[in-house]
Amino acid sequence: MRLVADNVSVARGGHIFFSGISFSLEAGEALVVSGPNGVGKSTFLRVLAGLLPDAEGSVKLDGAEFETAAEGAHYLGHRNGMKAELTVRENLEFWRNFMSLSDGDGSNRCVEVNEAVAMVGLDGLDHLPYGYLSAGQKRRIAMARLLTAYRPLWILDEPTAALDTQSQEMFSGLVANHLGSGGMVVAATHHALGLINTRHLVLTPDAPAVLSSDDPFAAGAPA
Amino acid sequence: MWALFIRDTRLSIRAGGGALIGVLFFLAVVAVIPFGVGPDLNLLARIGPAILWIGALLAALLGLDRLFQLDREDGSLDIMLMQETPMFLTVLVKCLAHWTSTGLPLIIASPVLGLFMNIDGAAMAAVAVTLLAGTPAITFIGAVGAAVSVALPRGGLLVSVLVLPLAIPVLIFGVSAVQGAIEDPAPFLPPFLILCAITLFFSVLGPFAAAAALRASSD
Repeated sequence: MRLVADNVSVARGGHIFFSGISFSLEAGEALVVSGPNGVGKSTFLRVLAGLLPDAEGSVKLDGAEFETAAEGAHYLGHRNGMKAELTVRENLEFWRNFMSLSDGDGSNRCVEVNEAVAMVGLDGLDHLPYGYLSAGQKRRIAMARLLTAYRPLWILDEPTAALDTQSQEMFSGLVANHLGSGGMVVAATHHALGLINTRHLVLTPDAPAVLSSDDPFAAGAPA
Repeated sequence: MWALFIRDTRLSIRAGGGALIGVLFFLAVVAVIPFGVGPDLNLLARIGPAILWIGALLAALLGLDRLFQLDREDGSLDIMLMQETPMFLTVLVKCLAHWTSTGLPLIIASPVLGLFMNIDGAAMAAVAVTLLAGTPAITFIGAVGAAVSVALPRGGLLVSVLVLPLAIPVLIFGVSAVQGAIEDPAPFLPPFLILCAITLFFSVLGPFAAAAALRASSD
């Protein structure tokens, strides 16, 4: 399975940030998108997730039965997609049922709600209303959503922004696990996720996007 | 899909969900009419079915702006848009859940509120049956308005204004079916069937148009 983006342009409200971005990502590979605030990282990720209706270019998942890349992707944006009035368990069980694939594919690769909550280190909190949790805990529950339904591609927008160091390590482990089982990750992040098989897309204002295979978090690399 | 129905129904009855707001508004509208019109029982009985329908229509419009807005604010809508489940179906289920939690209580309350208007048993039954056939149409029409104004921070009144002209036929045929049921020369079945047809028509068009509007509004 591979993710192929062909000639993608990143535009919002008539303003074009970047055009002609092409790349492909093999199973087990990650793409880290970096650049200064406001350069269009989040917009680029939303284009990949199929959430911008007028985006040009094509994003496809080759070798999978998904019609669009969006259907085969988890999107973890700035907002967590959880309801404060429902308990953690109700939230996650809803997404698990709602996102389960019709043909049953991948059902052996997703975990139960209990397990997912334990994997993000919040065991025993699943009976609480989601609104009672702290910002970091809310984020970790949103990460548990990625585990309860299987998608080969994870699109992550600043996933670890509200997290302490320990939770960042926990999430790095989850991402590494996902990549190890043949998944793909596209992430905009300022924190090293400890990824090994990483490619790097550098977005700079008023310059073409540069794709490199350098480690984005190695010393001396542009951050 | 069943999961979405249960979740939305659950949300509407939890704190701040607003399932009972519509019924309270319905009660307020109908309860003040006798005070305004005066204690003319014959007059109240004559205008009663129409007042019940107008109250139910306005109450049904009340919570519509929240149909998609909350899901958009917390990011759930993005995830729903990405699924292989067609958005049309997601919107349809959300509409059905919304109707179950806001429309159904109005129908259950309508016979009780009919007592305020001095209408007899046959008219109460006719109002309840026509509301049952007609209120889903208001939800489906409202879904389009809610989807169009989903990106506006205070789109509540705008939704009502957008939706009201399209909901007028529902009101007209609903009230004329009730008149047909309680007054002899007027027919009941033709307006009632047209009311059912309007509901069926908008149950297809509404989710379809709302899904397109939601897709276009994501940014």
